[in-house]
Amino acid sequence: MLEITHLTKRYGRNEAVLQGLDLHVEGNSVVAIVGASGAGKSTLLRCINRLVEPSSGSIKLNGHELVKLKGGDLRRARRKIGMVFQGFNLLDRLTVMENVLAGRLGYLSLYQAVMRRYPQADIERAFTLMERVGIAQYANKRADELSGGERQRVGVVRALMQEPDVLLADEPTASLDPRTSEQIMVLLQSLASELSLPVLINIHNVTQAKAYTERIVGLRHGKMIFDGVPDDFNQDALDAIYGGIESPDDSSSDDEAEQGASP
Amino acid sequence: MTPQRYWKKPPFIHNPWLRYGLWAGVTLYLLMALWTLPFDWARIAEGLPRAARIFSGGFPPSFERLDLLTQGFKESFQIAILATLLGVALSIPCAVMAARNISPLPVYLFGRAVIIVSRSFHPVIVAILFVAAVGFGPLAGIITLMLYSIGFVGKLLAEEIEEIDWGQVEAVRAAGGGFMAMLCYAVFPQILPRQVGLSMYQLDSNLRASAVVGIVGAGGIGSTLMNAFGRYDYAFACAILLIIIAVILVSEGISGWVRKKIW
Repeated sequence: MLEITHLTKRYGRNEAVLQGLDLHVEGNSVVAIVGASGAGKSTLLRCINRLVEPSSGSIKLNGHELVKLKGGDLRRARRKIGMVFQGFNLLDRLTVMENVLAGRLGYLSLYQAVMRRYPQADIERAFTLMERVGIAQYANKRADELSGGERQRVGVVRALMQEPDVLLADEPTASLDPRTSEQIMVLLQSLASELSLPVLINIHNVTQAKAYTERIVGLRHGKMIFDGVPDDFNQDALDAIYGGIESPDDSSSDDEAEQGASP
Repeated sequence: MTPQRYWKKPPFIHNPWLRYGLWAGVTLYLLMALWTLPFDWARIAEGLPRAARIFSGGFPPSFERLDLLTQGFKESFQIAILATLLGVALSIPCAVMAARNISPLPVYLFGRAVIIVSRSFHPVIVAILFVAAVGFGPLAGIITLMLYSIGFVGKLLAEEIEEIDWGQVEAVRAAGGGFMAMLCYAVFPQILPRQVGLSMYQLDSNLRASAVVGIVGAGGIGSTLMNAFGRYDYAFACAILLIIIAVILVSEGISGWVRKKIW
């Protein structure tokens, strides 16, 4: 169970990207987070695993506070939070198997990691998951030889190798063609129920959000302006999130969010 | 009548005073320099036949003392290979320290300082210092070229690290990996091709430089060459020079081939 209360993030002296956000996610629900570029979706996800430092507020995963953690405690907490990235962020020059097992890096000693002495159980789990998503035959291929859809499957398996308590997916389908991106959404949806894992998905594609998730959260200028089931997400909600005249500071906050997201 | 159109490339320096002033300044300085430098034309005229005598004395090159020649080269190779291995190995931690994106500011400044210090003097000057410090012979050469390698490889590697794809670093951090795991999985694979290419180049360059630092007494073929000149044994000196050229050509060819294979 993930409890976010009054989360605020401000880059430098600019207007806050997240303005006192509250969000509770329970059980194995798949939550879509929608919003225009710069609305703070990416920042929200990255605050949860602390790739971005929240300015204030509280994030609790299964009752454990994440915001104040440092060093080893932070790394141990991150192990329980899987993340899937828009640009896949695979270790390009390493094999698919090494990429998948990189999800275990938080559990391995440095010696095991460097010498590739992975525990047998991890290797078994890696093969099981890779077979589940259909990439087992690529185990010894270099990650940059795969196609986009295959690469994102590697990304998903890597995140699942962490045995996470929650899965974050930051625009997981934005770099993929429509067909492949639907496949990845189906995969995320079914994996969530198989592993009874809550999944937070940042997504631009509202149609996919409605089709593959159980709950939609709409952000605009760092505030939550919609929270409900896909059936309630009507034209009004869509207009409220994407429509209307963009305020003048919109573009600048966009830039800030992007910079902060990938420093 | 059509109006005549006219276009001319705008001058590099817009201000005409500055433009022509610079030309005038450079010309004036050149004339003054030529005027004031003590060229002793009589001595030059006298020296030309002497130079001719030295060069003609070099022909035909004498390979009589082949054992001395091979011994010198063996030492040069040893110096170059050892210095390259040590230097490249040490340049990796220096480069990590000197990369702004992964090192905190104090460490960064320290790493940059190490690199700047090892780069600030030409190997010949460093060799003179170390010959004075540790005595004549190959040890001085090894230390000199090691420092030279740290400076050169460290600087270029640090810049390579600063330009890596940050997404891979984020992925390892999100999985809970520590700093060393992040280096081994997300940073080193990305800079590996560059690292191998630089090491090859550095071996090549150290081989050349080992001949030069030998001249000031740091061992190797340079010392042999200096002795040959000292004994007015121009035929032997010429043989050494020819072999140096041959060796450099061969090593250039090999390293070029290897780099092309690995890139």
